[in-house]
Amino acid sequence: MRPEFTSPSSSSSSSADRRLNALVRHLATPSMVSQTAVAFSPTSGFHGDSVFSHVVRAPEDPILGVTVAYNKDPSPVKLNLGVGAYRTEEGKPLVLNVVRKAEQMLLNDKSRVKEYLPIVGIAEFNKLSAQLIFGADSPAIRENRVTTVQCLSGTGSLRVGAEFLARHYHQKTIYIPQPTWGNHPKVFTLAGLSVKTYRYYDPTTRGLNFQGLLEDLGSAPSGSIVLLHACAHNPTGVDPTLQQWEQIRQLMRSKALLPFFDSAYQGFASGNLDEDAQSIRMFVTDGGECFVAQSYAKNMGLYGERVGALSVVCTAADVASKVESQLKLVIRPMFSNPPIHGASIVATILKDSNLFNEWTIELKAMADRIISMRKQLFDALRARGTPGDWSHIIKQIGMFTFTGLNSKQVEFMTRECHIYMTSDGRISMAGLSSKTVPHLADAIHAAVTRMT
Amino acid sequence: MAIRRAMSGRIMDRTAVVGARYMSSWWRSVQPAPKDPILGVTEAFLADQSPDKVNVGVGAYRDDNGKPVVLECVREAERRIAGNLNMEYLPMGGSVKMVEETLKLAYGENSELIKEKRIAAVQALSGTGACRLFADFQKRFCPDSQIYIPVPTWANHHNIWRDAQVPQKTYHYYHPESKGLDFAAMIDDIKNAPNGSFFLLHACAHNPTGVDPSEEQWREISHHIKAKGHFAFFDMAYQGFASGDPEKDAKAIRIFLEDGHHIGISQSYAKNMGLYGQRVGCLSVLCEDEKQAVAVKSQLQQLARPMYSNPPVHGALIVSTILSDPDLKKQWLKEVKVMADRIIGMRTALRGNLEKLGSPLSWQHITNQIGMFCYSGLTPEQVDRLTNEFHIYMTRNGRISMAGVTTGNVKYLANAIHEVTK
Repeated sequence: MRPEFTSPSSSSSSSADRRLNALVRHLATPSMVSQTAVAFSPTSGFHGDSVFSHVVRAPEDPILGVTVAYNKDPSPVKLNLGVGAYRTEEGKPLVLNVVRKAEQMLLNDKSRVKEYLPIVGIAEFNKLSAQLIFGADSPAIRENRVTTVQCLSGTGSLRVGAEFLARHYHQKTIYIPQPTWGNHPKVFTLAGLSVKTYRYYDPTTRGLNFQGLLEDLGSAPSGSIVLLHACAHNPTGVDPTLQQWEQIRQLMRSKALLPFFDSAYQGFASGNLDEDAQSIRMFVTDGGECFVAQSYAKNMGLYGERVGALSVVCTAADVASKVESQLKLVIRPMFSNPPIHGASIVATILKDSNLFNEWTIELKAMADRIISMRKQLFDALRARGTPGDWSHIIKQIGMFTFTGLNSKQVEFMTRECHIYMTSDGRISMAGLSSKTVPHLADAIHAAVTRMT
Repeated sequence: MAIRRAMSGRIMDRTAVVGARYMSSWWRSVQPAPKDPILGVTEAFLADQSPDKVNVGVGAYRDDNGKPVVLECVREAERRIAGNLNMEYLPMGGSVKMVEETLKLAYGENSELIKEKRIAAVQALSGTGACRLFADFQKRFCPDSQIYIPVPTWANHHNIWRDAQVPQKTYHYYHPESKGLDFAAMIDDIKNAPNGSFFLLHACAHNPTGVDPSEEQWREISHHIKAKGHFAFFDMAYQGFASGDPEKDAKAIRIFLEDGHHIGISQSYAKNMGLYGQRVGCLSVLCEDEKQAVAVKSQLQQLARPMYSNPPVHGALIVSTILSDPDLKKQWLKEVKVMADRIIGMRTALRGNLEKLGSPLSWQHITNQIGMFCYSGLTPEQVDRLTNEFHIYMTRNGRISMAGVTTGNVKYLANAIHEVTK
């Protein structure tokens, strides 16, 4: 019987005391093994040192860190325009009515179990997601040339697609727009791709640097992967026109550049699901191949449920099937199979025409509220005579506005006015309400006139 | 400008040709991947039309009617949370509440280590996700290290550390002749591994063999791992499910903690709360002090962010609702014991039936082994006969999921096993 030793007594015991205690306990143990077999190596656990002692604290995530700072602020007038999560006019998060209904239906269905999903997720969800983004009559779907796998929201879909590309595609470089969502470079780098950028945003016009975009994509090596924001570019809100998309498509096809679409805002940008999918559908109609990462975080308000899908459009059905089998090999050692709850809600809504219609109405209401906030902010700045051209606020689209404020001005607004945004001047319009627009307008006015 | 227009005109003319050129896929050379050995068994089972078919393949619990089970405590928790909260993003590290409760299960309800905030912990995508996060973390911060994996182990362990690009070695574990633990060889492997190697240990209810070290054997394993300065990483996917008592099932971990190891743990609620498809789990790493725990946690989050940003909320809410309510927690513990007891009962019944049939072989290991799986000792050829002649489905390594055995099919199963082994 092994003698009992008291474990380190108080929380104030130093790590040295702990090491000493551990040493004492070990030496006093009536071991069944000869003591000479024990190796007193310098790296031995006797010292109680962790092999991870050298790990340093990582910096806060620049986007999620904004909310952390906001939460710490005691000011009653504080405003969180950081992370892109929709808020109501009352500043509250929103769970869509259709989502509540779908949840109730699932709850009441006693036959539902919580078993493992297949590696690729819910088949119905996958099918309906493909239809949603490509259009139910899409030739790619009709010809079984699309494989769709359920993933953890947009992030997870991007990561799985990128890992597949790193293993199976001949080109390991992905071109991402300048700027882009902060997490994009890390997703692709950790997946094993190397990341380059192409010009996208023009700070002088606060619009698209179309010239630069065409030049940079035009000089990319043949076959390179190109990340495209399907609509409502994050963080700038600047989207190509349809004509510009057509030019981009032609250029990319002529250089065999592989499109990888990130679709995080379908329905949220214009308020219309089909309109927001136009860019992607162009690239499918021409018979070529592409990757699409879909997220239901914003357009169904399912943020924390992590619901998304990765679709790969191939030129032939048997190829799509092989691709799917390889996607499973990426997924299995990452999380085995995707979470069931959120995708069940989505499938319930998408397959029921009444729920689907209700959803489109709620979606349009969210998009309309954001468009109205844009207009109100623009009007408020004009009314104050704030120097500068602020028309980009109403020209940009989607959840975010790239204000054009510099980091000093942003810092001023946070310090003096308790308004929180990412340091690149990106504000989430979803975080605004009619009540708070004046406060923001005043703050921008102050920042622009007092800090340059 | 004119040049560009002319060029784009030429590109437009070429569109039809360009489109035709793209009839050849970039993915033509992609090979079809082999089917997953475990999940493929269920697929085959589902396709079988025989009324006698038995699925003892995948490790998902079934009741005595062979039906999947949603625990009552889970149903109640879901009722409470439905329509209640929003679905906002969790922090990158997941639900703080869920993680807190989960650590208590592994480290002890009143653990000093928890009070001292020495544990870096994040919510993870069930056991798979926790192991993968740890493997990625190991690769990033101990890039020259390798992982020692027991033979045999859950097949996906190899995939996980491979995809994390951590070199793997194996250590002796299962002893086929005795259908028990190859203890001496295991200790030898621990002693012979280079100092500071990482060892993957199954905390309880080893998958696929069901063979666990005894308490004395765990103490020796701890001693030798410590002597070599190895890192002990525990995969605990069956806490509560092995003996019916979560505290008892955490014994190996507690021994290591007493001995002062800085361990890592992957915990899963897939089986013990029946939350399989919700993907709820936790990865924890015990550190020297609070400061280091903060640093390690932040780095784990840096690995999670480019993989899935933040973990799913629903399953975590179920877990924290149950574990933070004393009555629901009590109910959970009762339901876990029922599941574990049913399995222990089926082990007794299967062994009893085989012995009654006058089998020439020893079937002691069926009741010696613990947890969801029984490593029957059947050869692949015998397994194939079971499938082809008797419509009994299991993985070809002879692993039987005892959760698939019922009072309704145990005789049939015993008969079939006897037929192919007599």
